[in-house]
Amino acid sequence: MNAVDVREAITRAHHEEWGRVVAALTRRFGDLDIAEEAAAEAFATAVERWPADGVPPNPGAWLTTTANRKAIDRIRRENKREDKHREAQMVYDDDPPEPPGAIDDERLRLIFTCCHPALAVESRVALTLRMLGGLTVPEIARAFLVQETAMGQRITRAKAKIKVARIPYRVPSTEDLPGRVTGVLAVLFLIFNEGYLATGPDTDPVRHDLTAEAIRLTRLIRALLPQDGEVAGLLALMLLTEARRTARVSASGELVPLNEQDRGAWDAALIAEGHRLVRERLATGMAPGRYQILAAINAVHTSARDVRDTDWSQIVALYDQLVRLDGSPIIVLNRAVAVAEMDGPDVALAAVDRLADTLAGYHAYHVARADLLRRLGRGAESRAAYDKAIELAGNTAETAYLTRRRDQLG
Amino acid sequence: MQYFVSVIDDKSNSATPEEMAAIDAFNDRIQAEGHWVFAGGLGAPSTATVIDNRGGEALFTDGPFVETKEFLAGFWVMEAPDLDVALKLAAEGSKACNRRVEVRPFL
Repeated sequence: MNAVDVREAITRAHHEEWGRVVAALTRRFGDLDIAEEAAAEAFATAVERWPADGVPPNPGAWLTTTANRKAIDRIRRENKREDKHREAQMVYDDDPPEPPGAIDDERLRLIFTCCHPALAVESRVALTLRMLGGLTVPEIARAFLVQETAMGQRITRAKAKIKVARIPYRVPSTEDLPGRVTGVLAVLFLIFNEGYLATGPDTDPVRHDLTAEAIRLTRLIRALLPQDGEVAGLLALMLLTEARRTARVSASGELVPLNEQDRGAWDAALIAEGHRLVRERLATGMAPGRYQILAAINAVHTSARDVRDTDWSQIVALYDQLVRLDGSPIIVLNRAVAVAEMDGPDVALAAVDRLADTLAGYHAYHVARADLLRRLGRGAESRAAYDKAIELAGNTAETAYLTRRRDQLG
Repeated sequence: MQYFVSVIDDKSNSATPEEMAAIDAFNDRIQAEGHWVFAGGLGAPSTATVIDNRGGEALFTDGPFVETKEFLAGFWVMEAPDLDVALKLAAEGSKACNRRVEVRPFL
């Protein structure tokens, strides 16, 4: 095996096994710091040893065993102080046994701990990326445009809260599970969206590393909770969105809106997988949640070979369903944009203008208004709306697109 | 594991008879279930006296150490195996006393 193959094997093992190793060690030693440091040491040892010894037949088992040994070494070293001794015994395995067929994967315990509602949302995102995704603190800091030291402190504080306040390391009880899964999905969707519409002036407009990580973690949750409709819905939504990624930014770095995208450039395999998930959920006949409806909307968009074939009545009907579930102004805005395609821009503009009070600070509101006003031939008002949208937009590709659109106005 | 559940209010001794009854019922329940350690209501900040005996002589001053609109009006000390249990109990405590509460672990 050559050096490149070994490097690839280590990268793959890091992707596939990091979360599992951290989870297994957290379970055994009851301490996130010990688990994380021992996992990092095990991977460092792999980087040293695998090029000489060869990649072990079962990399995951090798890494877990090595990490376990590193953790025990570390605890023994520190064991001289009595308070540290307790850490080794902090294995709270007092949960009732899981019902048959229930999820027993340790990574699931870990993700529920990292996404615990008692932690701030930014901390949940950072902890999930670190402990389950294996991203380094500098990588996470870069992704969220936060100083490395600040991100390090955020993660340290969150881990300290888990330990001191005793946030339990377990899958929530059946009665609490739906609510807690919702919280986990919200974290994963946040990670995905930050990748899909990166907000920094100095970052790439699309952060593929983050979208890929969000999809990977959502696939993991899906494998662990295959019956959960919203998990399937979020995965489908991410896949159908990710499928359009390369068509979404032009060669010159400008955002390409859905109706102008080269549909031949969409990823057919991701679309097929997304459609399959949406159909699977439809077949259950169970009432869909918001991610499933959003996925269905994206399925309608990605079913049309040409933008003119888009079934707008179905999209509006799905938005109606979504508004009943979540009547937030952003959903109402998105519905209005679809209504414009069916009933015309004047009807849509009336609906959008009713949102002025709540959405005046939200760039997508001004984008929608600018576009509708342009289509109605109200140039001066459209220009003002584009100005406002450009001022509020954080994504470089979107700013470039909006600027060109504004400058095209007569 | 013990948790300190503070009751946040902007008035003192302001519980209605219904709230008092709900608090009594909640207290009975957590005593029966083994979560009860201690609980109490506190006098208004205007009844507080600050003592500073770090120098040669104890200095007594009138008033709370920090002026805020909201303050600690009462508290529970609860026994719970982990934060999830403490949060559930605190949520019920918040409902019973009809006030916001804050949960913090003892070290």
